[in-house]
Amino acid sequence: MNRELTKSLYRTMLLIRRTEERILEEMMKGKLASTMCHVSIGQEAVAAGTCSAMQPQDYLTSTHRGHGHFIARGGGLDRMMAELFGKETGYCKGRGGSMHITDISIGHLGANGIVGGHLGIAAGAGLWSQISKNNAVTVCFFGEGATNEGITHESVNMSALWKLPVVYVVENNHYAMSLAWERSTAQQSFIEKAKAYGIPGVDVDGQDALAVYEAASEAIDRARKGEGPTLIGAHTYRFLGHSRADPSKYRSPEEEERERARDPLTIMRTKVGSDVLSDSDVEAYEAEVKQMLDAAVKFAEDSPLAQPSTVFEDIYA
Amino acid sequence: MPIMMYRDALRRALYEEMKADPSVFVLGEDIGLYGGAYAVTKGLLEEFGPDRIRDTPMSEAAIVGAAIGAAMVGGRPVAEIMYVDFMTLTMDQVVNQAAKIHFMFGGQIKVPCVIRTQQGTGRGAGAQHSQSLESWFIHTPGLKVVAPSTPADAYGLLRASIQDDNPVIFLEHKGLYAVKDEVPEEPFVTSLGVADVRRTGSDVTLISYSRTMQLALEVAAQLEQRDISVEVVDLRTLQPLDMETVLRSVEKTRRAVVLHEAVMTGGLGAEVSARITEALFHQLLSPVRRVAAADAPLPANVALEKYVVPNAEQVIRAIEETLAVKQQIAR
Repeated sequence: MNRELTKSLYRTMLLIRRTEERILEEMMKGKLASTMCHVSIGQEAVAAGTCSAMQPQDYLTSTHRGHGHFIARGGGLDRMMAELFGKETGYCKGRGGSMHITDISIGHLGANGIVGGHLGIAAGAGLWSQISKNNAVTVCFFGEGATNEGITHESVNMSALWKLPVVYVVENNHYAMSLAWERSTAQQSFIEKAKAYGIPGVDVDGQDALAVYEAASEAIDRARKGEGPTLIGAHTYRFLGHSRADPSKYRSPEEEERERARDPLTIMRTKVGSDVLSDSDVEAYEAEVKQMLDAAVKFAEDSPLAQPSTVFEDIYA
Repeated sequence: MPIMMYRDALRRALYEEMKADPSVFVLGEDIGLYGGAYAVTKGLLEEFGPDRIRDTPMSEAAIVGAAIGAAMVGGRPVAEIMYVDFMTLTMDQVVNQAAKIHFMFGGQIKVPCVIRTQQGTGRGAGAQHSQSLESWFIHTPGLKVVAPSTPADAYGLLRASIQDDNPVIFLEHKGLYAVKDEVPEEPFVTSLGVADVRRTGSDVTLISYSRTMQLALEVAAQLEQRDISVEVVDLRTLQPLDMETVLRSVEKTRRAVVLHEAVMTGGLGAEVSARITEALFHQLLSPVRRVAAADAPLPANVALEKYVVPNAEQVIRAIEETLAVKQQIAR
């Protein structure tokens, strides 16, 4: 087992968890500039495991529940928090908000508010990599809800047909807003789904960051070698509601309790043991993350608000 | 000056841009081996190979999505959607993605892609293959919309569109592909957002674009016989609109008629008319008139199709009415 990788995965997951908790806290205080905010608490292992397998030149496309992907890819907390606070120092100049946080300098091609809306974009980034031979792989994160959108089928087929360097990572958190995976989808095996596209499919425990890392590494290598896409189904769970307004009445408390017991942070500590991840390691990470978040919130608070007149900027390049 | 067909002028633009810039590539249905449903891309596969002239599956949303994605990371794709009617299948990609990316992400990412498609009637193609849907795109800030009416403009405006850093919806007309006209031999680029006064006149300004420009020029020539002097403005780019040219002309003529093949309700004619009225209300000698297709789906029967779209008689009547109002005032 790679100790450094394990530690880094844990730290990334913790950073995502604490950041989203802090975002919710700031939201309750009325600090956020928008009412739209979807957290991925419980799903951190998918983002951390996948992004750790990426190289610097690679791209990713993300979703409305995208804070984890952004942080795992190395996005900065200061400008992220500023974006959420509607400040002009935010990554999107305070006009994108939680759902559209983006930093092109780390190959992040945008968090997308339309379910499935970025599937074609990921294929296009892969297409340009193939034509320009830029050696980049595009990781396309999407939720299981998006597997039932038409463009998903079109895009995965296109990528498979042309063997584009794209890796599809389905974060199956089992709920498309209120609709359970079992109530929405006839074929639930990603191995079987992938067969329809003539590509490899993988079903992986999305609560196990190391398992996700292994699956993603293999898929990314394969894509980079020109062998085409892989469809990874990472089975995870959305610990909280779809958004703050959602009390999750469509699922039982027993189910929530059972699934929350499969916390990716706990799972990793149990799996690797205290030899690799000691209590003092975890304490140190907690302290470091707390400091980073305090600084990020301070940066956001101290930054100037986005000015109304800027809504006429950047409509055209 | 060499005479060239509209479709050949478009091909020349694609060819020259692809030669000049290796990041330009073309993707779409039947554009490679087949040469394009309207033969615009004929021969380009042989010249540039299958990497840059890419036949796609029948997946309109993914074609446009792929164009956007490639544009975001360094490509300058030109996607072809065979009929504007099929653009309905791409609307999330066009409206929520292409048009929003630059703004929504704080100006970090550009989307330099062109979506070529063709629209319009004339071939009895029926309700799902004959519409003129420019209004839907004009209604979305962040897109540029172009609709050339001549071979020279088709060439110059397509080159400008490919060189532009924004998503451009490039609307060709199926009834114009075989039209022949002069195209200068020397390469040139026609700026987006600039209308063209195609005929000068003093009594009334007739504003149009795309294929109804032919109708506009025909009517202007006919009315000249009756000593009615019609100034004809070709908008060429529908977003951004060159209102400066339109208003300069209407300031002079003090009467205006807007003509298009798209349906009347919510059409570009309403927008142009409103802007003229807002700017020049007190100078106008008569209300701005619109001539457009009836608010009806298009029948496949050519005789019925003709009944829906505007004809010379309607344009003449509209012009006569704008002139009659003036006569009443004079009396």
